[in-house]
Amino acid sequence: MTSITKPRVVHPGLAKNELGLTTRSYEGAMSTLCAGCGHDSVTAALVEALWSLSIEPHRVGKMSGIGCSSKTPGYFLEQSHGFNSVHGRMPAVATGANAANRELTYIGVSGDGDSLSIGLGQMCHAIRRNLNLLYLIENNGVYGLTKGQFSASADIGTKSKRGVPNLQAPIDPVHLGLSIGATFVARGFSGDKTQLVPILTAGIRHKGLALVDIISPCVTFNDHQGSTKSYQHTRDHFRPATEAALLDPPDMVEEMATINVGPIPPGQFRDVSLHDGSVVRFRAMHEEYDPTDRGTAAALVRRLQDRGEIPTGLLFVDPDAGDHHDVMNTVEEPLWSLPFEDLCPGSEVLSDMMARFR
Amino acid sequence: MIREAPARVSGGGTGAGRRGKADGRSATGVRSGRGVNDFALKIATVNGTGSASANGLIMKSIFRMGAPVSGKNVFPSNIQGLPTWYEIRINAQGHVARTPGFDVLVAMNGETYERDIAEVAEGGWLLYDSSWPLARELRREDVNHIGVPLAEMCVKRFEGSRIRILMKNIAYAGALAALLDIDLDVIRGLLEETFGARKRHLLEANNTAIDLGHNYVTERYDCPLPIRVARPAGDELSWEGRILMDGNTAAALGCIYAGATVASWYPITPSTSLVDAFGKFAGSMRKDPDSGRMRAAIIQAEDELAAAGMTVGAGWAGARAFTATSGPGISLMSEFVGLAYYAEVPSVFFDIQRVGPSTGMPTRTQQCDLLLCAYASHGDTRHICLYPGDPAECFDFAVRAFDVADRFQTPVFVVSDLDVGMNDWAVPPLQWDPAYGPDRGKIKSAEELDRMDRFFRYLDVDGDGIAWRTIPGEHPLGAHLTRGSGHTKYGTYTEDAEGYTEVVDRISEKIESSAPVLPEPVMESVPGAEMALVTVGGCEGAVREAMDRLGNSGLHFNYMRVRGFPFAESVREFLAEQKRVFVVEQNRDGQLRSLLTTETGVAGASLEPVLYYGGLPMSAVHVVDGVLARLGAGPAGSPAPARTGAVA
Repeated sequence: MTSITKPRVVHPGLAKNELGLTTRSYEGAMSTLCAGCGHDSVTAALVEALWSLSIEPHRVGKMSGIGCSSKTPGYFLEQSHGFNSVHGRMPAVATGANAANRELTYIGVSGDGDSLSIGLGQMCHAIRRNLNLLYLIENNGVYGLTKGQFSASADIGTKSKRGVPNLQAPIDPVHLGLSIGATFVARGFSGDKTQLVPILTAGIRHKGLALVDIISPCVTFNDHQGSTKSYQHTRDHFRPATEAALLDPPDMVEEMATINVGPIPPGQFRDVSLHDGSVVRFRAMHEEYDPTDRGTAAALVRRLQDRGEIPTGLLFVDPDAGDHHDVMNTVEEPLWSLPFEDLCPGSEVLSDMMARFR
Repeated sequence: MIREAPARVSGGGTGAGRRGKADGRSATGVRSGRGVNDFALKIATVNGTGSASANGLIMKSIFRMGAPVSGKNVFPSNIQGLPTWYEIRINAQGHVARTPGFDVLVAMNGETYERDIAEVAEGGWLLYDSSWPLARELRREDVNHIGVPLAEMCVKRFEGSRIRILMKNIAYAGALAALLDIDLDVIRGLLEETFGARKRHLLEANNTAIDLGHNYVTERYDCPLPIRVARPAGDELSWEGRILMDGNTAAALGCIYAGATVASWYPITPSTSLVDAFGKFAGSMRKDPDSGRMRAAIIQAEDELAAAGMTVGAGWAGARAFTATSGPGISLMSEFVGLAYYAEVPSVFFDIQRVGPSTGMPTRTQQCDLLLCAYASHGDTRHICLYPGDPAECFDFAVRAFDVADRFQTPVFVVSDLDVGMNDWAVPPLQWDPAYGPDRGKIKSAEELDRMDRFFRYLDVDGDGIAWRTIPGEHPLGAHLTRGSGHTKYGTYTEDAEGYTEVVDRISEKIESSAPVLPEPVMESVPGAEMALVTVGGCEGAVREAMDRLGNSGLHFNYMRVRGFPFAESVREFLAEQKRVFVVEQNRDGQLRSLLTTETGVAGASLEPVLYYGGLPMSAVHVVDGVLARLGAGPAGSPAPARTGAVA
């Protein structure tokens, strides 16, 4: 067998979460991605986020499409069901699974090829439905498994490994998400776990689709000089636009009383309550910023990108939007688990109904 | 003012049995007679003018009188302004398959006058709107003309253009009632049910319009005509007690009764009405009485790719899920069908076939996806298919599809078509066995998993080719990564020949093992018959009528209608016993014949195609002509296929 089982190593000193589990319980099989791949860092951040939220591992659904990023559901949460489906179709599979069982925490792992080319339509429609899903785009600007073709997120002028520049404009998932109504938009960097983990925890808690674009360099095909998705380029241009932390439970009651409603002056913070009572604390890093105002968020991202910077952080959140189940007005219980008696109207109803067709 | 004084015509007509080439039928394919409860009627109108209500009213009134009847809606892929036709056939023997050539034609669309009038059988009747004179060149010497100034009467009687247009249609229904002796009380009863107390003004208008047409023809013509409707008496065949339902409605009801909770779809003719009906039924039958919330999720997807993906995702998560589409949708869904086959995810796909290839003729019927559904997707795949022949079977097979999908953990196709799905068929009332419980197949519960040490999703522990599955979120031990990439029986990724082969071989055996539990073929052996007619789906009526007619000429046939794929052993045995087999189906290339040849090992040369694929429902004339052409052409195996694609 070609898959690699990870050896179980017990570290007695590892911290335990509320369930009494260490991060080991949130890990999966050994990664078969290239050494140094950004995706493995994202996997590690996910493990930490899920552990810190004390989510029961088997109550998570791991969804993916096809590509390097889509392999990663094998590398975390060994005790969770996962579905490595077909290219670009993760959103549809996740939509169906979520319709059948709304109680699970769904994590969709996708990439720039999977989401911004073949799966662009499905991604947009999942956003439109505000599917309750953490939607990760592990974005490296290239197709790795087919040996380094540019993807739709490659910037104009970025150079391939052979030095050929990309001439087509990129599709930017952050701009796209903000413009079509995503209710949670963030950008992270696989090389900055400190920033990424709080984004992921908030995204998991967000009721609705949390779109997280993560610059995750491809060490084999897109980590050279001239690439705008390399570790070096990302580090040089990385610009935290906001700092966000998930407060759960909200423990800073006193400070919460000082919440301001408008833009946050640089260095100050603002708390935004999520549907389950937990709170996201935003701190604007440099400019005045309103994390609940779509227009301001979009303008800030645009302004920073025009300056050649890569704005990162939890950029926008609308904590009050209803998710897909609210729109469908479905019952609280998972549909799959409803007893048959509640679903089948029975023989009398059918025989009465026949009168309507006579 | 009536501009054209109609001559008082005697209804005596030309007597039964006279048929010329004018009606488009060959001498051998002709119906036995014309008279009481034995005639065909065609109404030509413009779509979007409300004629569907008038046509439905006539159809349902005849149905309520107990006469064996069918209605076929021949409609354009258009919203308003194009020609549309409604065909009604009444036959005392119960032969109500579509028949070309009409005894009565209601010509309400000037644009199609010429071709419509050409379709009236010699000695038949033409009812037209005499508010304007009928052009001399359109008149036929061999046809009785019945002019009724429908527009003029309605303009005088009603205010407002919309109501005038609508009531013009109801007025021809009134005229037909008089000519065909349709019980006025039945018509008034139906109108009362439709409009009742809520829409009193519409009820009055409709009744007035009925009277306008009825009185006009009663005063000027000998009514009723010799062709007319009568309540079956004594030992005559009566369809009283039946219901009038289309297959899509019945299938939707089947989905409700089977306990389906997730429906994902993308609008496409002719499948849309299935999900529409499911939504309507769910609105009343799936509303939680306390919270008012829905016990079903209906998701209009962004395309068929997504619709299939949602169905597969929901099936994976444990729900009974389905999608409904037509051929173009199946093309797009094939990617997910392959995934569901290989990853073994229960899912139900309704294919309401329409004319292909490509966009084809979206509002015409065909059986052209038989091969597509049987082998959808790249790679080695083979899928369970159920072929309903009428709405009653659409209901039953919908329920069975979910059981079979769960039991064999695989996609299941219910292969219907536009004729079965969208036309109203008179069938026995649907019945439900109160003892029914869903067969969810082999699912390890959380309690069972708790007592186990290890679980492997694709391990055949029982030796029946079916591995146990688990529901996501139920138990950590049941967790596994479902994938469409190569996997071993332990569920792990593989690129290894042995590990891969073992799993795909088991899946192949699993699918094959479903054959005995699928709907068994309908078979009929006629003593002494050495040849057989074999068909599928909604062709049954046409084939049985053809058997009667051929029998009158001394040609006797055994009969089989296949209802499930993979084929049961009995299908192979039946074919092997026949000297000659004529496979009757609605596509150009003989897809059922190909499937039978490939799958049963019976030599293809002994299966001879009899095909009609022009887009209208199959008629007995197509079968009779096709079979006679083959018999005349010599022994089995002669190369020229009997194709009648261009003949209406």
